[in-house]
Amino acid sequence: MIPLSWYLILAAGLFCIGLFVVLTKKSAIGILIGIELMLNAVNINLAAFWHYYTQLNPSQTPLNGMVFLAIVFIVAAAETAVGLALIISAYRRRNTSVAGEMDLLKG
Amino acid sequence: METLIWLLPLPPLLGFLLIVLFTHKNNKVSHTIALTGAGLSFLGSMVIFFRAVTTEGLAENPMTSSINWLPTGVTQWLQIGVQVDPLTAVTLFFVAWTILMIFLYSIGYHNYGAKRGVDDRPGLPPHGALVKEKGGHKSHVPSIEPMYARFFALISLFAFAMYLLVVSNNLLTLYIGWEIMGLCSYLLIGFWYGKDSAKKAAIKAFLTTRVGDVFMLLGLAALYTLTGTLNYQDILANHSVLEILATTISPVFGLSWAGLIGLLLFIGTVGKSAQFPLHIWLPDAMEGPTPVSAMIHAATMVSAGVYLAVRIFPLVSAGWEPGMPLTTTMTIMAFIGSFTALFAALIGVAQNDIKRVLAYSTISQLGYMIAALGVGAYAAAAFHLVTHAFFKALLFLGSGSVIHGVEHGVLHTGEHVDPQDMFNMGGLRKKMPRTFWTFLAGGLALSGFPILTAGFWSKDEILTGAFSGGHWAVFITLAFAALLTAFYTMRQITLVFLGKPRTNSAEHAHETPWTMTVPLMVLSVFAIGAGWFGVPDAFPGLGKILPNWFGEFVGSMLTHGHHEESHSLVPLFTSLVVSLGGLLLGWLVYRNVKAGAADPLEKPLGFFHKWMKNKFYVDEFYEIVLIRPARWLADVFTSQWMDRRFLDGILHGIGKFGLWFGNLVRNYFDVPVVNGVGDDIADGTRKAGSGLRVIQTGQIQQYMVTALLVAIFLGVVLILLAV
Repeated sequence: MIPLSWYLILAAGLFCIGLFVVLTKKSAIGILIGIELMLNAVNINLAAFWHYYTQLNPSQTPLNGMVFLAIVFIVAAAETAVGLALIISAYRRRNTSVAGEMDLLKG
Repeated sequence: METLIWLLPLPPLLGFLLIVLFTHKNNKVSHTIALTGAGLSFLGSMVIFFRAVTTEGLAENPMTSSINWLPTGVTQWLQIGVQVDPLTAVTLFFVAWTILMIFLYSIGYHNYGAKRGVDDRPGLPPHGALVKEKGGHKSHVPSIEPMYARFFALISLFAFAMYLLVVSNNLLTLYIGWEIMGLCSYLLIGFWYGKDSAKKAAIKAFLTTRVGDVFMLLGLAALYTLTGTLNYQDILANHSVLEILATTISPVFGLSWAGLIGLLLFIGTVGKSAQFPLHIWLPDAMEGPTPVSAMIHAATMVSAGVYLAVRIFPLVSAGWEPGMPLTTTMTIMAFIGSFTALFAALIGVAQNDIKRVLAYSTISQLGYMIAALGVGAYAAAAFHLVTHAFFKALLFLGSGSVIHGVEHGVLHTGEHVDPQDMFNMGGLRKKMPRTFWTFLAGGLALSGFPILTAGFWSKDEILTGAFSGGHWAVFITLAFAALLTAFYTMRQITLVFLGKPRTNSAEHAHETPWTMTVPLMVLSVFAIGAGWFGVPDAFPGLGKILPNWFGEFVGSMLTHGHHEESHSLVPLFTSLVVSLGGLLLGWLVYRNVKAGAADPLEKPLGFFHKWMKNKFYVDEFYEIVLIRPARWLADVFTSQWMDRRFLDGILHGIGKFGLWFGNLVRNYFDVPVVNGVGDDIADGTRKAGSGLRVIQTGQIQQYMVTALLVAIFLGVVLILLAV
């Protein structure tokens, strides 16, 4: 059986990649992609912990880990949809999708 | 009868109010009201006079009535009231007559019925108006006074004050009337207020009489403090009060209280009746219209002064009996009176203005009365007061008529001559016959023309009084003054009426209207006839036929017995000689004065004539001794030194200190501390803001980097702490 730590290392790696993308990408779409990566790294953690919890307690078959996963997916999908819509709308108005140039509120 | 006395002063007052409030726009109604008021008072006065002379023992039991006026806080009230005794009665008689005549005369004098002149302005004498005569010929005639109604309002008030003063039974109401007259004289002397000289004369008259009035008020206050009353009967007819006052010694000069109070009240008379040190206002009072001169110099103001002196005679002479040495106050009165009589007569000799001569003669005649009182000739003083009022009113009105006539000539010919200068007249006898004859009657009465005129009898009595008392200095002074009086009176008559006209204006002089000449004729009757009521019993011949009614009637006022009548004929001959001699001399010296010639006396008298002409430089003396120091005190000392330097200096010093202190506080506290703290807080906030602003980039990625770094840092710290 694959030990838990492998999953956690994978999730941590994925999170760091996502974070790196978020911090470095200029494009707003890139940042959104980074955020998706970070969310899914968390999902991997959730799934891994749920799996190992059910393995250690076979008498119990709770579904709450799955529910959390589903909620995170839904939120991520909704967030991406709204985020993409905002970015497209901003692009139409300002002809750019670079996050650093969206500075209308700057004093 | 008492009610009538109360009502006596009111009609003129009512007239004054009516004219001032309602009718001042209408000349005819105004003078009708004034004349009616004077007429009513006149009628009332005559009723009272005849009632008074027919009452037995009027002096002991005068007609009197009084009311409570002011509660004084002690037990008694301050009472005011009216009283008619012999002195009041005779005063009332001449006051009523002269006032009525002056009112009537004023109508003509102010050219009632004439046109309003084009150039006439209120406050200036009328300049005359141009009228077209038949045939297109234009001529210049006198014009109506612009402030006609105002004049009648003011003389009505004046008449009210005089009546009030005369009928009063106490010194307080007398003083009130006295002061109202002071006000009226100010207003009337300054009637033509547009003239600078009239303005100055009004102020001079007011202030000069004020000096006397202040002393008089002190006397009233002293009298009230000592006796608790100001009523005549309670003080002057009360032996015990007079005796106490005469025997207690006052703190001033060792005089008795009676003497001191008498002296203080007498100083009031000195101011009002223009006696020597305070005589300067009266000649200047000639600036007013002529009826005013008559009003002030004959009927009212100056008479009021002598009336007071006669009234307080019992007080002044308290403790004195005929034949004894005079009291101090009486000596002072005799001295001032006789000195004034001579002094003013000397000045009168050298004056050229027709009214000024009369003014000085008034001062001189008033001096006679005061001197008479000083030597104890009480009835003689009152008698001269009455006769003088008549003939002096007559003379003043006559002189007004002359001036009016000559002014007519001046307007007609267009000459530029002074219509009041006697050297511009001459020969008016034929032009103005009625004025001439009445003026002659007045002039002869003034100079004491023997037997016929009133002035002779009254003057003779005064001389007799001085002679029989043995007061030789007074007698000789008065006799010499009488000589001068006759001399300058004849000088005046000769210069004005006799000879030939010296100017074209005199040539074209006109007789004045009936409203002016009728009063003259009425008054001349009294100027001649009033004397026959006071012929002394000792007079050879006539004395037996005519009783000395006046002496008996007024003399009954005195509580101590009668004079011993002098049977000496010396004073009689003296009056004869000085009167006739003076008249003759005056005629001889002045009968041939040519036009433009100088006064014939100028050469022989030399510098003394110059002194007389300049009134012995009394005005100049006062100017130097009183007015200039007063002005210096006000202007230089008080205004410049005290006020501007000293007081203003203190104030400016306080101001400068405040300024300096304020600057100090501002520079060393407000600006550095208060403003500094406030500014620093604001500056600090702003600097902090602009400093922190740099990190607020709006770049979400930078924030996240920061958050990550902080998280890592915190994580490291937590791990280190855990280890």
